[in-house]
Amino acid sequence: MTAMPVELDEPRIEEHNRPDTPWVTIVWNDPVNLMSYVTYVFQKVFGYSRAKAHKLMEDVHYRGKAVVSSGTREEMERHVATLHEYGLWATLQQDR
Amino acid sequence: MTAGQDAPDTEASRMTTRFHPVPYGGVRIEIDRDDATLLRSMAELLLRIVEEPDQQDGLAALVGISESATRPKDPVLARLFPDAYTDDPAAATDFRRYTENDLRRHKRENARRVVEALPAEGGQVLLDADDVQAWLKVLTDVRLSLGTRMGLETEEDVYALRAAASRDESLAAAAHIYEWLTHVQENLVQAVWRQQG
Repeated sequence: MTAMPVELDEPRIEEHNRPDTPWVTIVWNDPVNLMSYVTYVFQKVFGYSRAKAHKLMEDVHYRGKAVVSSGTREEMERHVATLHEYGLWATLQQDR
Repeated sequence: MTAGQDAPDTEASRMTTRFHPVPYGGVRIEIDRDDATLLRSMAELLLRIVEEPDQQDGLAALVGISESATRPKDPVLARLFPDAYTDDPAAATDFRRYTENDLRRHKRENARRVVEALPAEGGQVLLDADDVQAWLKVLTDVRLSLGTRMGLETEEDVYALRAAASRDESLAAAAHIYEWLTHVQENLVQAVWRQQG
């Protein structure tokens, strides 16, 4: 392992990009996708139970959007790319 | 979103296409000649929509990077290839530059898979687990394309479309295909769920 350097400059991190703040994947409601299909996609992509996937689908449907996963920016970019393959309207952002 | 089983009880819902779960994540589909022809033509339309932009730099394409990385102006393409960031245009552009070619290729491969699986005269189609994913995605992309082209932006628009289609013959054909695809996709999802038990 590498020894930690003793003196470190305090990193200057922009407010927008704090590394300790998780990123989230958001799915937005749309009028075309089927409720059953969206539930199925959440099960398939995230390994959620059917009950949890159904609840998330309802959040998207009735509230207009829902956070469906959280983690590092790289993980969320992969989730968004996968959801775009399934035709879901997904975006990522840092959790605020 | 749309509840598939709530779509109106029209001709579209009295489907001749049947779905049966088979072992190992597969689905067997019985499809007649007319339905097979319609589905193939829809998948071929999708193929043309997601085909490679011809002005693309071959080397950039080879390494999977897009030259142009702005949100497509065409609403159908913008829906199939949405921005990944709503609050950061530079990040959205970067994401698109590095992922859109792959996404296009993925959508093309799925559409080709559906086209190739459909028997010209209709009959039985045996889908394995990978085929099922491709079919679900293609049905989605076709419905998104058709729905966007018909101006569906809200759930109210879907009800308005049904009402308008009953008065307007030119709209009726597209609306009928849309509803039929809705039933096909709903049935496929239900078959996959029955398969999982």
